[in-house]
Formats: sequence, C-alpha cells, structure tokens
Amino acid sequence: MDRALRLQFHDLMVKTRALELRMIAMVRSGDGYFWIGGPGEEAVNVALGLQVRKGEGIDYDYLLLHYRNTGMLMAMGIPLIDPIRLMRSTATDPFTRGRSFSGHYAYKPFNILPVTSPIGTQFGVAPGLALAQKRAGSKGVTIVIGGDAGAAEPDFASGLIWATRPGRELPILFLITDNSLGISTRKDQVWAMEHISDRAKPFGIPTRVIDGNDPEASHAALGEALETVRRTGRPYMIDAKVSRLYGHSSSSGTNLEPGEDPIARYEKKLVDEGIATPGELKAVHERYHAEALAALEQVRLEPFPAPHTLYDHTFVPSPVDLVYGERYFNPNRGD
Amino acid sequence: MATMAQAIRLALHHAEREMGVRDIFGQDVGPPLGGVFGVTQGLETAWNTPLDERGIIGTAMGLAMAGQKPICEIQFVDYIFNSIDLMKLAGNSAWNSAGQFPMQMVLMSPTGSGIHGSIYHSHSFEAWAARLNGWKVVMPSDPITAYGLMLAAVEDPNPVLYLIPKALMRVEGKELLPEEPDKKTLKAMIDAPLGDRGEWKPRWPAIPRFITPIGQAHVVRGGEHVSIVSFGRMLWVCLKAAETLQQEGISAEVIDLRSIIPYDWKTISKSILKTGRVMFVNEDTDIVNYGEHLLRRTIDAHFYDLKARPRVLGGEPVPGIGLAETLEDASVPQSGTVVQAARDMMEENT
Ligand SMILES: Cc1ncc(C[n+]2csc(CCOP(=O)(O)OP(=O)(O)O)c2C)c(N)n1
Repeated sequence: MDRALRLQFHDLMVKTRALELRMIAMVRSGDGYFWIGGPGEEAVNVALGLQVRKGEGIDYDYLLLHYRNTGMLMAMGIPLIDPIRLMRSTATDPFTRGRSFSGHYAYKPFNILPVTSPIGTQFGVAPGLALAQKRAGSKGVTIVIGGDAGAAEPDFASGLIWATRPGRELPILFLITDNSLGISTRKDQVWAMEHISDRAKPFGIPTRVIDGNDPEASHAALGEALETVRRTGRPYMIDAKVSRLYGHSSSSGTNLEPGEDPIARYEKKLVDEGIATPGELKAVHERYHAEALAALEQVRLEPFPAPHTLYDHTFVPSPVDLVYGERYFNPNRGD
Repeated sequence: MATMAQAIRLALHHAEREMGVRDIFGQDVGPPLGGVFGVTQGLETAWNTPLDERGIIGTAMGLAMAGQKPICEIQFVDYIFNSIDLMKLAGNSAWNSAGQFPMQMVLMSPTGSGIHGSIYHSHSFEAWAARLNGWKVVMPSDPITAYGLMLAAVEDPNPVLYLIPKALMRVEGKELLPEEPDKKTLKAMIDAPLGDRGEWKPRWPAIPRFITPIGQAHVVRGGEHVSIVSFGRMLWVCLKAAETLQQEGISAEVIDLRSIIPYDWKTISKSILKTGRVMFVNEDTDIVNYGEHLLRRTIDAHFYDLKARPRVLGGEPVPGIGLAETLEDASVPQSGTVVQAARDMMEENT
C-alpha cells in the first residue's frame, strides 16, 4: 500500500483522537456539557471518510451518521475547530448553531444529515435518500451507520426491508460499528447471533465482517463495498468490529477503558515496517494536541447564540401560510 | 359535486403533474386499490409500501431531505402513534440543523370517528399533533377546501400534517371546484371501476390551481350571539346546532378553522369581540385538548370582553371510541351538546 496513504491514515486517526481527547477535557473544564464520540473507532471512520463522494445534493453520497463518526469528518476535511464549536455550543457551531450535542453533526455542504439522538432512526430514513439517488441516476450512495445495540430498534428492520423490495433495490451502504456494547448492556445478553450483519443475509444483502481497528483492511473493504453499491445500485452491509476506549459518553466518566487501541496498533505496524520512526509519529500527536488546544482557546472567545435566535429556523418562510409565513412566534406571548 | 376523496385525488394529481411531486405512497395507496378510501386511485406516482408506518415516515423524511416533495399516507391516524418520534425528528430537522435541512413533506391521514370504526379507526390526533413543534396541521371540512388546502400543504416548504375527517370522505361538497365536471361525468372520469382495474386509466379534468392558505379560517355562517369555532367533521355538527339555535332566536357564528397549527387568531378574535361568547368544539378527547389552548388564548386576550364563560367541547376522556352507536355518540360532541352549551351561555350573566 502507498506509503503516503498509510501516513495519511495515521495522521487523520491521530488528529481525530487529539480532538476527541480535547472535547473530553472540555467537559471536565466546564467548556462543554456533554461529550459522546468515537475514540477507538478512528480506523474505520478515517478509512470511510477518505472514500466518500463528498459534496452537496443528490449527485453525492448522503451520510446518515452515528454519533461516533468524528473521524469521518476529519478525513473529509472539516476543520478540527468546528467540532469544538459544537462541543461548546457557540453561535459559530456550523452544524447546529449551539442547538445539539457533540457528535451530532449536520452539514449540508457534505450531505451530512442531522444525526439523531433517538437511536436507529437513520436506518428508516436511508431508503428515501437512496430512492431519490437511484431515480436521478446519481453516482451517489446513501451511507448509514449505527451501533450493534441500536440494531434492535425497528428502524433497522425497516432499512433492510425497504432497501431490498424486489426489483426496487436501493444503493445503501449499511455500516455497523460493533463495539459489543449498548451503554452497559453486552451484545451477548441480547443477540442470538454473533454478527448483526447476519440479519441482512436472508434479504440477499452481501455482508462482510471486518476488523474495524485496521485502517488498511477497512479501507479496502469499504472501497470495495462502495464500488459495489455504486455499480449495482443495491445494498451492502459492512460489520466492523471496533473498540470503545473512553466509555459510552461523558455521563459514564470518560476514563480510559480496556480495549485494543487502533492507533497504538497501527503505529507499531508503521514502525515495524519501516514506514515511520517513533519520533515522527510522536510529533504528529504533539502537533494535533497543540492544534486542538489552540482551537479551544479561539472558540472560548466566540459568542454563544443570542437568546432571540431561539425561534429561528422553526419554519422555513412560506408563501402559502398567512400566520407563520414570514416569521414564527409564540402566540402565547401576546404576539 | 366532488366528494372529499375525489377532491383530494384531483389535488394530488395536480401536485404530481404541476408541482414536482414524484411519490404519493403508503399502505395500499398504489394500484390496484388506490387507498382504502380511494383517495389515490389512478395517480401516476402512487405506490404501495411495506406495512411499516415508521418506514413510511422515515422514507418520506429521506425523500424530503433529497428535495423530492413526498406525500405519504398513514392509512388511519390511529396507526401513527408508533411513529411520533419520527414526526418529532421531521419537525425539528430545520431547527436542529439551523436551517440546513428543512423537511418539505406532506403526511396525510384519515382521522376521527363517525364511521363505526371502533377503538382503532376512530382516534383523533390533532391534540398530539399540535404539540409537534415544527409541523403545520390542517384539516378540511369540505371538498373544495380539501383541494385548496392540499395544494397549500404541498407548496409549503415545511412538514404538513393533512388530517382528513374520514366520515366526510364520501360526502359531496355544496360548492363546485372551479370547472368541475358534473357528478356523473366526474365519476366516470376519475373513479376506478369495481373489479378488474388492469386496463383502467383515469381521464383527468382540468381543474385550475387554487390555494386555500394555511392559517386562514372561514366564517361559514355569520351570527351575533355566540361564536362556535370548529373544524373537520365537527364543523357540520356545529352547523346543524346553529340551525336549531336559529329557531330559538340564538344567532350563532360558525367558524371553520381549517388550519390547526398555525390558526387564524384574527378571525376568532374578531368574532369574540362581536359576540362575547365562544365555544371551541372538536372530537379529540378533552383532557388535554387543543381547544384548551384556544381557550387560554381567549382568556389572555379577551377576558374582559366576555359575556359568558367560554367553553371547550371535546370527546370524552376514555381510552377508545366504542363500536356500539350509543357508545360512539356518547363519546364525541353531538349537535344537541352544542345547542345546550349555547343556551347555557345565553342564560349566563356576567
Ligand atoms: C431510542 C433511544 N433509546 C435509548 C437511547 C439511549 N441510548 C443512547 S446510546 C444507547 C446505546 C447505543 O448502543 P449502540 O447502538 O451499540 O451504539 P454505541 O453507543 O455502542 O456506539 C442508548 C441506549 C437513545 N438515545 N435513543
């Protein structure tokens, strides 16, 4: 594999990790209320983010993400400072303008649809996007991501059924990021099968279980899956085994928990194979930790949303609405 | 005269022909049935979905985010409850993304009692819907409004819940749609035949586009003594009550709200200032009822203008509507209830 690409994997994984650790620290320092993210999932996220057909509108991939996909955003070139803005709920947060949680991105220029807190709903939304893409003859696919526990929600079944109606199959890449946990409930307490992706098999969906902690294997498998979906217009499911290194969210303490660290593992490989020296790899960490800290310092100077923006964007202006057509308001406040 | 089902069908056809609608979908919405009430017969873009309400609304949301202006149907509003969280998401998409992802979609669904529908074909939903911020909610009471409101719902760039009073589905209007063919001709043109429909194709009359704006009420009957504000099937109950009251010398002003969120406060307010007496009538269960919000607004704005205690007449707060006619009638307001409430208000001294 290309040396530059391998170094790029490493660079983006480390960048993502530095950002996540900074956001975890922000909860402790009172710079943010709640953190949820993906330390331990960087490999598969970076591998996917680098291969997204990114852009706005139906010709590009639609992304229905989970809340642990910051690595994808880094790989897609979204500035490191922007997730910090979301984390601090500033008016400058380009995703939600201070309205939603960390990890809950919404970014129109790259077709990143609003990440939802209700688990699993993205699976039921994917068919609509993919149907529009297929009908338009678009090269785009709909990429939908969710965890192992959330696959018990009914929308997961909806996604499988609607993606495979006979003769109307849809270009959806399903990605399960299986960390074998819900918040605390273990996968083996719930599932009668080892792999969530086994559920896709009776629908005729090709499935592949991958080592999501290996950026190279993930890159190859996701590349092939994306190419297949684009070529066939039919769904595909990747089931990536990943780590969860800092707990479920800031509500569960964010202490380092046991689990394989994909970055440490990859660094060993890069050193063993003579791609980089330990000193060079360490420098990458230092650079991004400094960048994340500087970003936070800048974001601390940025304003919070003004209270009067509360009503903004409740409704889009409408020419056929005589009451809220131009402006939304609370009738109980005497308007 | 077109029935409400025919009027909505004509509007949907206009929407697919002229307004960029490419998907009208739901359970049994496509051929051969064209909807359990026949609303979607013969439409070019109507298709059948899996029996999966969450999938229907989720898919509509996906289509909306891809700019497709979907119109989806939940077969009976009684079956929408398993999807309320998706409706919340559709309603907060624009807000949550600070305007990046508005959700232009129409969700239509038959609502309310009046067809001996028993517990699961008689529910009302407007009180629940009114709390789904980010949604607009409309309900026509006659075919011509059904047509104009549907076009408004399609045109509006936000999610619109279009509730259809199922008991009025097959009731003919009193007013013709513009350039509507006579009843027989219309039926022959756009109603699917019974039996084999394999070869059948509708012939669509050209109905010119007209919009009934969202947020515009209609004073159906002018009056001096008491204002009765209603919508949907209950509007007709109120009109019947107004006839009776007229014979007793009580002149009732009857207002068809047509839009539930947002609602036309100006029209209500003007009427209250004229009559000093108001009641809000709907068939949803009355704890907690949408009419209670209008009551609160009345008190906030018109406390000192009122000649009598304002009323909300709603359905009985029981878990369902019973099948026996006696039970159904006892569950939801009847014209006699409205008449009695008006008489009581006239006798009240404040
Ligand atoms: C519908 C719904 N139910 C419950 C929750 C609370 N909750 C948040 S995350 C989570 C566990 C999700 O586990 P999984 O899908 O495996 O994803 P992971 O967090 O492991 O990546 C739960 C129960 C929620 N957000 N939404």
